[in-house]
Amino acid sequence: MTDTLARPPAFETQAAVLANDRVNGEYAHLVVACGQAAAAQPGQFYQLACPAPPGEAPFLRRPMSLYRADPAAGRVEFLYKVTGAGTRGLATLRPGEQLGLLGPLGTGFRLDPAARHIIAIGRGAGLATLGPLAEAARAAGIAITAILSARRPELVVSQARFAEQGARVITVTDSQANSGPSHVERLLRGLLAERRCDGFYTCGSARLLRVQQTLAREFSIPGQVALEQQMACGLGMCFCCVRDFNVGGTIIHKRVCWDGPVFDMLEALP
Amino acid sequence: MTDLSVRIGGLTLPNPVMPASGTFAEGLAQAIDLNRLGALVTKTITRELRAGNPLPRVAEVAGGMLNAIGIPSKGVAYFRDVTLPLYRGWSPPLVVSISAPTAEGFAELAAEISLPGVAAIEANISCPNIEEDGRAFAMKPASTAIVVRQLRAATALPLWVKLTPNTGEIAEVAKAAEAEGADALVCANTILAMAIDPHSFKPRLGNLLGGLSGPAIKPIVLRQLYQCARAVRLPIIGCGGIMTALDAVEYLLAGAVAVQIGTATFLDSAAMPNIIDGLDRFCDARGLASVSELTGAIRHEETDEEDLSWLSPPT
Ligand SMILES: Cc1cc2nc3c(=O)[nH]c(=O)nc-3n(C[C@H](O)[C@H](O)[C@H](O)COP(=O)(O)OP(=O)(O)OC[C@H]3O[C@@H](n4cnc5c(N)ncnc54)[C@H](O)[C@@H]3O)c2cc1C
Ligand SMILES: Cc1cc2nc3c(=O)[nH]c(=O)nc-3n(C[C@H](O)[C@H](O)[C@H](O)COP(=O)(O)O)c2cc1C
Repeated sequence: MTDTLARPPAFETQAAVLANDRVNGEYAHLVVACGQAAAAQPGQFYQLACPAPPGEAPFLRRPMSLYRADPAAGRVEFLYKVTGAGTRGLATLRPGEQLGLLGPLGTGFRLDPAARHIIAIGRGAGLATLGPLAEAARAAGIAITAILSARRPELVVSQARFAEQGARVITVTDSQANSGPSHVERLLRGLLAERRCDGFYTCGSARLLRVQQTLAREFSIPGQVALEQQMACGLGMCFCCVRDFNVGGTIIHKRVCWDGPVFDMLEALP
Repeated sequence: MTDLSVRIGGLTLPNPVMPASGTFAEGLAQAIDLNRLGALVTKTITRELRAGNPLPRVAEVAGGMLNAIGIPSKGVAYFRDVTLPLYRGWSPPLVVSISAPTAEGFAELAAEISLPGVAAIEANISCPNIEEDGRAFAMKPASTAIVVRQLRAATALPLWVKLTPNTGEIAEVAKAAEAEGADALVCANTILAMAIDPHSFKPRLGNLLGGLSGPAIKPIVLRQLYQCARAVRLPIIGCGGIMTALDAVEYLLAGAVAVQIGTATFLDSAAMPNIIDGLDRFCDARGLASVSELTGAIRHEETDEEDLSWLSPPT
């Protein structure tokens, strides 16, 4: 909490929708112009004031991870899964319309400059959160292997993006029966044997988190996980979004919005 | 330029807009300039360390939200050593909200946190989550009198007493607090409520019951503030569902001297500064020199007794 004054500002602003298109049966891709609010780091998020879809009235704002930021152009992108009232409302937005947002918020991923090769493993909407690591790792000269998991191949997002940045991309899906934790563990052990892992980065699956925690302990490799929890304020004020963490053997609460959403992988309790 | 300053007991605030306890922390400084606020109000602190309630702690409902946070508190030492020094970095007076399970506990805590840098104590004798079934001191005039008497003896700081809207006798509770030496009242906390997911048959809060806040409660709490304002001479701070400057004006007209803003900040981090600017413009447009001219300025038209008789049938 003492770092309050050191945090870069979060901006409360009306963003202008530039594009909002379906990418597949479940996900949509939103691009907004939001000026200074676009200065975000991978793993940070925004609170979006979702418009009301017909017959529904989402009251609280919805947290969405940064999917891509272009601070120079004042542009931010989100990749969201249409699930409930809030995201159904987001899906109604047309170019030219406004979207109230607050951000960037929270503490994001940290890249260790000494790392040579990292592994990003995500599933479902977690793939959106990991997306910005593709460019960030490349800019830091760190090689990256992305293991992208989804129910079906057409629901895998960010594949091309990681590939464009020179990442090695492995997709696993439920329909191909290769997304289970034991198969992923075999993949990871293979990468570890090739010495292609100085850090784990993950989001979107408790089962995959457990696999990585086991390996992180066994091989003494650091890891970071981006976690979700239902939120209200987004600024660490209301304590709605706490989760349990194991810090040195003691179970303590931390706020996902303020202390995270990115946490030390070994402290996280799935 | 309107004079926005207000007096609450012995304390003068630069403007009448401050956060509601539990909906504010230093994190808001990431989004707005805290020096613009009329006061800073801490989350309720308790002497014992508390972890808080099970998840989910929040659920949204039509026009508002339910919360059952359960007052997670890091205790007095943390407040004294970390929170208090941190807040010295901002200029608005610091109001510290406290709670305890007993009247003695309240008094001890009030004495412990009567420290330099604390401008007033807000006694949360109304938090509906911590007592069984949501019962609290502020439900009854007698239990209110006991706790306020002990608090009054324990501290020389201005003492604000936060009422619960869950009582049927709020004016009597207000009078009891006044009689025992409170300097101001805060009207009010959240309304005890619940929600059930009709698909899973499960309660939507981990704690089952929670507090309703937001626009949904405004007409009810406004009525209660009006009833209190007619019953006591103490300054009253209005709190419940205020989203805009006009909502704040309604509370002032009903008799409030100042307002607290909670849920609105979750929907727009700039809600408080916007309400301050809105009050300034509102007064300007009406040629009011001071915002305090609005307090209790509700206009009662002359009415014949019969016209109102249906409102409260003769008993
Ligand atoms: C930091 C953070 C970043 C996120 N980033 C993304 C993202 O990039 N893309 C994306 O698609 N989603 C993301 N989410 C999840 C997203 O915020 C929720 O799915 C969203 O709130 C759903 O809103 P809704 O109104 O459409 O659905 P609702 O009807 O509100 O919710 C649908 C279901 O999800 C549950 N739920 C609601 N909010 C959350 C939450 N925050 N975490 C877990 N369960 C929740 C509800 O209880 C309900 O069962 C993120 C969440 C967090 C906390
Ligand atoms: C998430 C949350 C936490 C709260 N915590 C406290 C608290 O610790 N102490 C307290 O006196 N009131 C607490 N309240 C009640 C508020 O201070 C306020 O009385 C109530 O929310 C009504 O105002 P609003 O409609 O503007 O939110 C809390 C409210 C919310 C929404």
